[in-house]
Amino acid sequence: MTVVCATALANPAEAQKSSTRPVVIASKPFGESFVLAEMFAQLLEARGHTVTRRPGMGATEVAFTALRTSSIDVYPEYTGTGLLAVLHAKPEKDPIAVYDRVSREFMSRFGVRWLPPLGFENTYAIAVRRETSEKYNIHSLSDLARESSHLRAGLTADFIGRADGLPGIGKAYGISFSEVRPLSQAVKYQALASGAVDVIDGYSTDGLIERYDLVVVEDDRRFFPPYQAAAIVSPRLQREDPAAIAALTELSGRIDVTTMRKLNSRVEVAHEPIETVAASGLASLGLTGPVNASVTTNQPTVSFAEFMWERRDSLFSALLRHMLLVLVAVIGGIVVAIPLALWLEASRRADAVINAVGVIQTIPGIALLAFMVPVLGVGIRPALIALWLYSLYPIVRTTYTGVRDADPHAVNAARALGMTPGQILRHIRFPLAAPAIMAGIRTAAVIAVGTATLAAFIGAGGLGEPIATGLALADTRLILSGAIPAALLALVVDAALGLLERATTPEPLKYAARERKREQRSA
Amino acid sequence: MTNEGGVALTLSALSKRYGTTAALDNVSLEIAPGECIALVGESGSGKTTLLRTINRLVDPDKGSVLLDGSDVRGLNVFDLRRSIGYVPQDGGLMPHWRIARNAGLVPWLKGRSDHHQRAIASLTAVGLDPDIMAGRWPHELSGGQRQRVAIARALATSPSCMLLDEPFGALDAITRSELQETFLRIRDESAFTSVLVTHDLREAFLLADRIAVMRAGNIEQIAEKDELRSAPATEYVAKLLKHLEMSAV
Repeated sequence: MTVVCATALANPAEAQKSSTRPVVIASKPFGESFVLAEMFAQLLEARGHTVTRRPGMGATEVAFTALRTSSIDVYPEYTGTGLLAVLHAKPEKDPIAVYDRVSREFMSRFGVRWLPPLGFENTYAIAVRRETSEKYNIHSLSDLARESSHLRAGLTADFIGRADGLPGIGKAYGISFSEVRPLSQAVKYQALASGAVDVIDGYSTDGLIERYDLVVVEDDRRFFPPYQAAAIVSPRLQREDPAAIAALTELSGRIDVTTMRKLNSRVEVAHEPIETVAASGLASLGLTGPVNASVTTNQPTVSFAEFMWERRDSLFSALLRHMLLVLVAVIGGIVVAIPLALWLEASRRADAVINAVGVIQTIPGIALLAFMVPVLGVGIRPALIALWLYSLYPIVRTTYTGVRDADPHAVNAARALGMTPGQILRHIRFPLAAPAIMAGIRTAAVIAVGTATLAAFIGAGGLGEPIATGLALADTRLILSGAIPAALLALVVDAALGLLERATTPEPLKYAARERKREQRSA
Repeated sequence: MTNEGGVALTLSALSKRYGTTAALDNVSLEIAPGECIALVGESGSGKTTLLRTINRLVDPDKGSVLLDGSDVRGLNVFDLRRSIGYVPQDGGLMPHWRIARNAGLVPWLKGRSDHHQRAIASLTAVGLDPDIMAGRWPHELSGGQRQRVAIARALATSPSCMLLDEPFGALDAITRSELQETFLRIRDESAFTSVLVTHDLREAFLLADRIAVMRAGNIEQIAEKDELRSAPATEYVAKLLKHLEMSAV
């Protein structure tokens, strides 16, 4: 007996085997979230837990709903986001009060637990060049306010507009810049470094702050709400796997803002693989063994072709996954939409139902996917259902109109000569509608290829995964490595189904189509 | 074509309303076996509606249609329709079927294994060469040829009754007269009972034994052509005849 216990204690991996499922670790789609989630994952693996990774999920709404319903178990979140975006409370200034409030209310309302903060804040940050800071002696926003009348600001449109952005600091500190230029996220750091502007907004842990050796001025009156980072944990994991929670807590209080900024910089600026950065981050904290230092960074000198070639295995499996999503969704669409359309043709409720199905089509893809999460969780199932819903309308519409409008003279003669309605449908209406139905299926398939790239935001994988990660890391090559195969796939699907459409169209119907075109031209 | 002879048709007191308009207003008509009756009149006079009550494409609100003494409503509607030939104005061929399949539709529906042979025989009967035509698509034929196929299709099971709804209305004058001659020849051979709807009084005079002039859901006059010409029953019939003579000059 003693021996058994001792073995179990000594080998957490053994103990883990009794657990029901792996710990599902997710992140939101931006660099820091990716890095933290990967650190959580590697730490748990080092402590003998099995882990499933779902990086880059939707946004706060999607990730949090998935966590609340235990579709995922852990992701990194920020106290300010929890306060404003989830609890919809008013901003508060005291970091400890905010943490207390979110951890109390998340537990009582959702059963979600905030682990102790990781040790850094990622809040809005106002940055200036080091030389500006030294020349004008600017270390805080109060200092900046004093000098602001002769400084030019380059700010994101979001920050210029938000009440807790420029208008807020304008009022709180009396800041009034000589000039405010709206700049995009991607160019503002370069604009500052090149001297085109003197002040920019950003986030306190942006990797580029370190790269350009910028000075983040202190929010000395604590105008910006505190955004302390912490792991938040699903109800399921709290019930079933306290050992995993204990392991995650090892990171609490260990990551300061400089460390985080360095890690972000390696991902966002040097484009090092996230796994490498996370591994060396954990190692430098002494939480895991040393990392093989020979891991190469991902040098930008590698050509795009080589970049794709290096990723061929993961891209190929993403492509297969993508095709599987499209295939299953569209086949499901065909199986439901065609009988539905035929039934509608026979009934008199067609317009109402078709309009209702059409409404689904107007829901933006990302929103439809997000609606699925509370009901179906995350992963492939909700993605398939969403894609299936999208594929219904084009097929229902074309089948219905194709069958309804099938040559009325032929249908009249068929009826007059004693064909039953079933025979008319099977032998006359349906074959005559076949080219239209094929065109509907083709449209549905091409739409599905495009929409499936969004499925990555709810953790369903596919070619959207490199796109989502690439967008989050501003890594154009990563975006293209998903977007180019997706675009090619859409073209191939369109062309292949076009050929199939022609092959299944009987000669006389091709003639009819040509005639219609000729009429349209002369009209 | 075997000569099976025609059926007797008895249309009694038929009324049919579409909304507030009366398409048929208490119409009665006796048709003898083998007879050809032409229904003439303007659009909306009820002639097509009357025709369609016979094969139950239209069910009347009141009245009955007897086919050799039995009420058509007592018969299986699909069997009834398969036993009656039907030729619409536009041919109504199935555009995705070759000519032989089109012509063999009714025997195929009746489950006859010889439907292809019947189609070939029927095509020959209407003056089409099956060796050339059987494998063609409808769109490869002229309007007149298509109409011949429609007639062949209606004839393929040698029905005892034929319904023709403006069968030659869309054809040019020469083609029309060729088809009219073909129709007369086939009638002589088969002796089916037929009801012909037409705009064209001259066509009615040429093809029918008796002519029923319809107006606003009623039969104004029904008579053989000589009687119609010599003693028009109403002013409307007289006017119709006058138009015919003027256009004949």
